[in-house]
Amino acid sequence: MNPIDTSRRAFLGRTAAFAGVALAPGVLLYEFAAAREAGQEASAAVRWGMLVDTTRCASGCTACVDACNAEHGVPKASRPTDAQWIRKVELKDLRTGAVRSAPVMCQHCAEPPCVDVCPTGASFKRADGIVLVDRHTCIGCRYCMMACPYKARSFVHEPTTGQKTDTPRGKGCVESCNLCAHRVDRGEKPACVDACSAAGHRAIVFGDLNDPSSEIALRVRSVATSQLRADLRTDNGVRYQGL
Amino acid sequence: MRVMAAGLLALALAGAAWAGSRAPVLDAPRGEKCVEDAATMRRSHMDFLRHQRDETVHRGIRGARHSLAGCVECHANAKDGAVLGSPSHFCQGCHAYAAVKLDCFECHASRTRAAQAGRQARSP
Repeated sequence: MNPIDTSRRAFLGRTAAFAGVALAPGVLLYEFAAAREAGQEASAAVRWGMLVDTTRCASGCTACVDACNAEHGVPKASRPTDAQWIRKVELKDLRTGAVRSAPVMCQHCAEPPCVDVCPTGASFKRADGIVLVDRHTCIGCRYCMMACPYKARSFVHEPTTGQKTDTPRGKGCVESCNLCAHRVDRGEKPACVDACSAAGHRAIVFGDLNDPSSEIALRVRSVATSQLRADLRTDNGVRYQGL
Repeated sequence: MRVMAAGLLALALAGAAWAGSRAPVLDAPRGEKCVEDAATMRRSHMDFLRHQRDETVHRGIRGARHSLAGCVECHANAKDGAVLGSPSHFCQGCHAYAAVKLDCFECHASRTRAAQAGRQARSP
């Protein structure tokens, strides 16, 4: 029988103690993640996500869509070619007659196909998981629109007016939901989330999926949720409950 | 010597007259002091903005020193809250004078947040 290597055991013990100390600052990081200070960049320790509870989402209610349009200065879509950042989708199970209503927008994938195909690097994922278009480098080729499995992106065909300070948008670029990056950076929630709460439905929960104590992480852990087209393994930041 | 002095004086007067007739008369800024001195801003504002746009869009850094929204908030016309619209509006006036195409505002808002919210008259 081999003698026990005590030096190795001591080494493992020390390593475990060190790991325990290293975890503590990580936990602190999560607390500061919500309201980022000026000059600080988006943190990779954070993964912003949304949980849409389809059992609470009211059929026919468009509070989230209207709030999104108002927040970003996007005119209400009237033609198929108009820009659309978020849309309400109704699903009906023909056998049971069960109807579910839910908003669908950019799913903020961890492995975004739009980023894979972008020839200029305009389509990118920020460190905190928000998928964005840098309109300064977008050439309007629309590859990302074809690659997106969720039809989340739109091309702006005509000159724009009435832009908002926080949402520059113009002709010739592709755009989509930016998870209200400007609001999130201020420590606020996206406009659709606040509008849904204001309408009394509270169907959308927003938060940091990486923070085990956040409401969204607790919900995702305790109830069955799904990602749209999970078979594509894009690992969406937007999850749906009750689909 | 007297001829030379007269010549210099004539040159100086001509210079003043040139500046007086052609230099754009722009809307006065609201703030007391710009983020850099005027000469630096005239020469390098595009570089400052270009640098910061990448920091903000890609890395998510907010509240930095050189922001286009900051320019608009301070330099907008007092009546319509815009930096475009007439030869006296700050951005348009100087870019027309310098004959440099100004394409920031094809996408970015050219009016202050207050003007967007309808608290000031809309620009024509």
